[in-house]
Amino acid sequence: MYRYDAFDAAFVRQRTEQFRDQVARRLSGELTEEEFKPLRLMNGLYLQLHAYMLRVAIPYGTLDSRQLRKLAHIARTYDKGYGHFTTRQNIQFNWPALVDVPSILEELAEVEMHAIQTSGNCIRNVTADHYAGAVAGEVEDPRIWAEIIRQWSSLHPEFSFLPRKFKIAVTGTTHDRAAVKLHDIGLVLTRDAAGAVGFQVLVGGGQGRTPMVAKTLRDFLPKERLLSYLEAILRTYNLLGRRDNKYKARIKILVHEVGIEEVRRLVEAEWEAIGRETSLDLPEAERARIAAHFAPPDLTPRPAEPPALVEALATHRPFRHWLRSNVKPHRTPGYAVVDVSLKPIGGAPGDMTDAQMEALADLADRHSLGEIRVSHAQNLVLPHVAREDLPALHRGLAAAGLATGNNRLVSDIIACPGLDYCALANARSIPIAQRISERFADLDRQADIGPLEIKISGCINACGHHHVGHIGLLGVDRKGEEAYQITLGGRADENAAIGRIVGPAFDADGAVAAVETIVETYLEERLGPDESFLAAVERLGLAPFKARLYPDKRAA
Amino acid sequence: MPLIKHGRFAADLWTVYADDAPLQPDIPAVVSLARFLAQRAALTASALDLGVRLEPGEHPQALAEALDRLALVQLHFPSFTDGRAYSYARLLRQRYRYRGEVRAVGHVLRDQYLFMARAGFDAFETPPGETAQKWRQAVRAVGPAYQPAADDRRPVWAERRTHPERAPSQ
Ligand code: SF4
Repeated sequence: MYRYDAFDAAFVRQRTEQFRDQVARRLSGELTEEEFKPLRLMNGLYLQLHAYMLRVAIPYGTLDSRQLRKLAHIARTYDKGYGHFTTRQNIQFNWPALVDVPSILEELAEVEMHAIQTSGNCIRNVTADHYAGAVAGEVEDPRIWAEIIRQWSSLHPEFSFLPRKFKIAVTGTTHDRAAVKLHDIGLVLTRDAAGAVGFQVLVGGGQGRTPMVAKTLRDFLPKERLLSYLEAILRTYNLLGRRDNKYKARIKILVHEVGIEEVRRLVEAEWEAIGRETSLDLPEAERARIAAHFAPPDLTPRPAEPPALVEALATHRPFRHWLRSNVKPHRTPGYAVVDVSLKPIGGAPGDMTDAQMEALADLADRHSLGEIRVSHAQNLVLPHVAREDLPALHRGLAAAGLATGNNRLVSDIIACPGLDYCALANARSIPIAQRISERFADLDRQADIGPLEIKISGCINACGHHHVGHIGLLGVDRKGEEAYQITLGGRADENAAIGRIVGPAFDADGAVAAVETIVETYLEERLGPDESFLAAVERLGLAPFKARLYPDKRAA
Repeated sequence: MPLIKHGRFAADLWTVYADDAPLQPDIPAVVSLARFLAQRAALTASALDLGVRLEPGEHPQALAEALDRLALVQLHFPSFTDGRAYSYARLLRQRYRYRGEVRAVGHVLRDQYLFMARAGFDAFETPPGETAQKWRQAVRAVGPAYQPAADDRRPVWAERRTHPERAPSQ
């Protein structure tokens, strides 16, 4: 993974000192909260319902064990003993004291981490496929490019006061795990007919109150021209994006209102002009320097079916569940990519205690070259595990409460913080996730149901990605009461689609029951276990689900 | 409004005129884009020192042909959150090769100086009480720059190659 050199380290240290001065000015009263707000927002510090919340960047979701131990230390020392992993591969601490924040940032800087651009109307932390560098079929490791973008976008002098926040995601394979079609810019590494590497550039995806799937801006951009092209897109957006209404300020609205052809024309013209004025694109040597940090680990193929694994499979049922859902093929034979669930039955999605972080850091050192990834589904990943280590790893994870074998199953729920923490929420998200998870506690039943992604947002800002949940729940305010609107058929992969609303909202009890009804309807109607929930919804449409959810309305 | 130019306090010799106010001879005049375009021939033919003030939404391309005649372009921030003027400043410097004064006016805050200076502003109408020393501190708060812009900082990726010893040790 990327390691800071002296320039990177100085940059983060100076930024931390700058923020320390800003906090001191706030604490002394020199700055009002109103004046302080834009400053703290540039450093990931939000004021929530009960306290400040600090969002720490985990660039493209890649961590090492040393960094995870530092996060554990921060959770224990400055928070209530846990952290919360988000849908943007970041971690949030919900209870830091303002006076401690500069010290937290200083501790983060010691392990090459920061909170820069995790909030505010700027280019946010860049995300990438959480299996990057570990699975077969990649054109290149997308993290090389995510790191290049991270550096280019850091304190960008022109793009730090955009009309609205701006999110970029990169994937190296055609099977998309990074939800690139739901980002302001999505980048798909690809090859042209001659075999040269470049990007398919997508623009204008997003969620929130106007969910949109991104459109193709350019079929093929030579990779060495990436930064100048991004600069052209960002300048076009900075100049023309709407600033009169924050709900219409994302680039998706510009694309929608002006049309993709016109946006393309403007961007291409700007790009051409920029190319004449300045050299923004990195020289080959610098690209190679960054790429070298992501060189694939030197792994020797190992046995695919080692005896220890065969035996554990035969004798240990939880191991079987876990192996089936949480263990994915690695590009090196005899190795595996392991999903570590942060969704224990009845738990708060994405929460992790300091002790769990330390336990996982140790397991990563022992079994995964010290590497950990954060997925946008609020789980963690150990990317390089020898299959013969899987039984021992499973025991270690189980001891830490991290071995739930539910990856992409019905209890692997994404939920935003919701009304328990967030000032914007209409309704609670976490307790609903917990109740659904408890209803479907039985892993045999979950395995029978198969892949099913439930996503819950406490309001239309859609931090819980409900629009792209196979089942989505959206918290709405119904005459002062918490209620939940349900959508079906959303997805965030290469065939991204926005879910469709099934009907009137339910109260909390009703929503939990409705999810069960939907699942039962699917089980009755599916052609067989091979027809996934999504495939069944696509084949059947909403009608059978509506009929079961709203029996009284049948006649209408 | 203390004016800081090239890092020092400077006397502000300019007067900003409302569109219907008659211009005084010999007083350097800043006019709106609308007035400039409407009275362009007369204004450029006069002996006055001339400046134009651009509001967000007024692309500097409108001035491209007249920049040789302008000693000052003011870019107005009605609110610090409106970042269009950062693009305007870079365009003035890098596309239209403008060498006169580019001044930030309006809601100009200390924590924006660094971005502004890098985008090509060289003059700042600062909030009351600002000092030149604090201005300089703010602009130097973060030294390494990851991207080339309109100032003379070399990007980190270029420094790494040629001057690795320049990495700040603090
Ligand atoms: S979706 Fe709404 S409630 Fe949930 S975290 Fe985002 S803003 Fe808060």
